[in-house]
Amino acid sequence: MDCLLPSAFSWMILMQKRLKVGVLYSRVRVEEKWIFGAMEKRGIDYERLDDRAISFDLENPDPWKQYDAVLERSISYNSGLYALRLLNAFGVPTVNTASVAEICGDKLMTSAVLARDGVPQPRNVTAFSTEAALDAIEAFGYPVVLKPVVGSWGRLLAKINDRDAAEAVLEHKSTLGSVQHSVFYIQEFIEKPGRDLRIIMIGDKVLTGMYRSSEHWITNTARGGSGELCPITPEIEDICLRASKAVGGGLLGVDLVEHPEKGLVVNEINHTMEFHTMQPLSGIDIAGEIVEYVVKTATQNNKE
Amino acid sequence: MSTVNCPECEAPIEFAEGTEAGEIIVCPDCGVDLEVTSIEPAAVQLAPMEQEDWGE
Repeated sequence: MDCLLPSAFSWMILMQKRLKVGVLYSRVRVEEKWIFGAMEKRGIDYERLDDRAISFDLENPDPWKQYDAVLERSISYNSGLYALRLLNAFGVPTVNTASVAEICGDKLMTSAVLARDGVPQPRNVTAFSTEAALDAIEAFGYPVVLKPVVGSWGRLLAKINDRDAAEAVLEHKSTLGSVQHSVFYIQEFIEKPGRDLRIIMIGDKVLTGMYRSSEHWITNTARGGSGELCPITPEIEDICLRASKAVGGGLLGVDLVEHPEKGLVVNEINHTMEFHTMQPLSGIDIAGEIVEYVVKTATQNNKE
Repeated sequence: MSTVNCPECEAPIEFAEGTEAGEIIVCPDCGVDLEVTSIEPAAVQLAPMEQEDWGE
């Protein structure tokens, strides 16, 4: 009998016929295909917004105000972030918010809010000149990891094993890198057990998680790491909820590392997470969960 | 079924069922990444190179 009754969610859709959702994207990856599919399956009135084709006229925000919510899935951090800032300035709710993107897209900002809220994370130090960075690295002891504050998919991470390497990498970064590379984010190297954890958060719900394993010290699946389902323990749930709260909540991919002394620590938090490995692995319709969260956000706006 | 030629090697490429505009496909002959710019008529272009701020 249950299957004949429309779910609360379906009723919500029926009641909110006028809902209009935008999906900002750069490329149709498999995640976007699944998200579009989930929108269509639920009969949601949505529009695909290619971030290379759109423009914002600040004197005429009305075309944007038609959206009850916009889901941001840009590959380009800058395009996504500025679009979110403009949309939020126009009063358009977004998933995630510009504030969350600002924090999650910048490793130093993420570390700052995690530290503020006492959420466990690897030890890290930041410096703004090669000299100060070298001093900080020497004080840390080797090996250390140097990370760009903005960047993803494990790109441009450097594990530094000795002073010679530190001097070389710092000089290269200051000479060849963009201005952003003169923010030196130095992190302790963690002897992790060949794996890290990717946990998917949908609002206050810890949805699912996986271990990402690799023989390389960078375990990102974008770098060839493989995935295995990870049971959500109370410890994982607790740290992920705290991490999500610290950055402002929303749809998040929380990366955890098993620290030999500290236990679980938050390594980074992704605000436009990929889940092409996770969805088939977990058997959970993550795209559907994302869409339902966006609709909830849009519904709240629609009522206001 | 839509077909198009690879702009790099000119190999004929057939879109798989369910292919969407904006999707990245790989040329089966030369392996270059191509972005589907249109389904009807079929059109592709070389996919943009990865940028520094790209990610999840």
